Amino acid sequence: MSHYSAFRLFREGLRGQKGWTPAWRMPAPKPEYDVIIIGGGGHGLATAYYLAKQHGIKRVAVLEKGWLGGGNTGRNTTAIRSNYFYPESAALYDFSVRLYEGLSRDLNYNVMFSQRGMMVTAHSEHDLEMATRQYNAMRINGIDAEMLTAAEVRARVPLLNFRADARHPIHGAVSQPRGGTGRHDAVAWGYARGADTRGVDIIQNCEVLGIQKEAGRATGVTTTRGDIRADRIGATVAGHSSVLAELAGFKLPIHSYALQAFVSEPIKPILDTVVLCPAFGTYVSQSDKGGIVFGGGLDRIPSYGQRGNMPVQEDVVGALVEMMPALAKVKLLRHWGGIVDVTPDSSPIIGPSGVEGLYLNCGWGTGGFKAIPAGGYMLAHLMATGQHHDLSRPFDLDRFTTGRLIDESAASGIAH
Amino acid sequence: MQIFPCPFCGPRDEREFHFAGEAGKTRPDTTGEVSPDDWATYLHMHRNEKGRTREVWVHTPCAEMFIMERNSVTMEVLGTECLRAKS
Repeated sequence: MSHYSAFRLFREGLRGQKGWTPAWRMPAPKPEYDVIIIGGGGHGLATAYYLAKQHGIKRVAVLEKGWLGGGNTGRNTTAIRSNYFYPESAALYDFSVRLYEGLSRDLNYNVMFSQRGMMVTAHSEHDLEMATRQYNAMRINGIDAEMLTAAEVRARVPLLNFRADARHPIHGAVSQPRGGTGRHDAVAWGYARGADTRGVDIIQNCEVLGIQKEAGRATGVTTTRGDIRADRIGATVAGHSSVLAELAGFKLPIHSYALQAFVSEPIKPILDTVVLCPAFGTYVSQSDKGGIVFGGGLDRIPSYGQRGNMPVQEDVVGALVEMMPALAKVKLLRHWGGIVDVTPDSSPIIGPSGVEGLYLNCGWGTGGFKAIPAGGYMLAHLMATGQHHDLSRPFDLDRFTTGRLIDESAASGIAH
Repeated sequence: MQIFPCPFCGPRDEREFHFAGEAGKTRPDTTGEVSPDDWATYLHMHRNEKGRTREVWVHTPCAEMFIMERNSVTMEVLGTECLRAKS
């Protein structure tokens, strides 16, 4: 692998950019691997990277039916945060934020993690009490947080609606200063490059059509590019987890919904943090390119249609204009949908699937992007050692039978 | 907006409808002992099909529940039927 650096960039600039080589290979699938990862999004690529880097398992294939990061990794709003309520969630998501903090250096790839802070506004005295409760929970969980008064919110984000006739007046906010945004494609590409360098085969345009089983144990997969065998198979397919489970003969506690997002035409810098207004169920940030990136809650109808629709567009755009009236004349550039895997407690599923040799990393719902490093790290640990990492144990599939749910339905601040 | 057909009220705006659950699940007999596995399966495990689905929906204004068959990729509605026993 050629090392990326400022010096290298400078040198290539002088040499007409002719010295760059592809960041990863395009190998044909081999008939057998130690580990197969199904799904070449962030979680799958991160799993392969940590399998190779942390555990020395390098005969690994990542099978992707389309192109790398073409699913939810390329369809989210790039927010990264760990402002969760329960200790189990806070520990897992903060582990992820801390991995993000060192990720550009670890991968030698700029994932553009910008810790510009993330605030959740409060729109009544009752909201403010709930915000204080969240602040206290975060502090107890060891995650730094700040309470902001209305005046402090106004100083930080003058763009917000502070007019006397505001539909939802702002009373204050709870903020996570270490939260922020990252570059979603760079996360997928950085992990892909890091995994490929360590010997992982990344195979695109290779759709899994079946799970092969012998005596109840998963032994390989049937794909559009032939059969591939492996001892251990990891599934990181997000909204399509139920489809994969059906191929393997079981069901999951998941409903798939579209989650939509939007970006405006690029405008000059006007917003340097991430703002979530729970009263509207809408959140917004500005990308480095200048686009206003925003989104809202889940669709109301279970769906596998990877596209947007009018009812949600009306709700979310209407909310944004009320939140930040100055944006009313800004033109919408794109609007899209990704299929997210929603569990009854809005917490992920990491663990054995019930079919021996097949492991799951799914159920992240609306919050998968921020969890990519942790999800990959945990699944790699599980597949390499056969044991849960301490942080992933509470998220095993068995919680739906034991009843030990980790109900974070309200933690994302978006109604589910 | 998409139009969904309520078997009682006819074609109406999609925002008047609410998804209730997958059709064909049978609640375990709770007068006897129900194993945690059976209860978890009933409560939480779903087919969550990609493609043709058969689901229970409610039309909020008339508050009637009914079966809707649709395609979960194209959103095409294939038919709706009343849940009440036919006399």
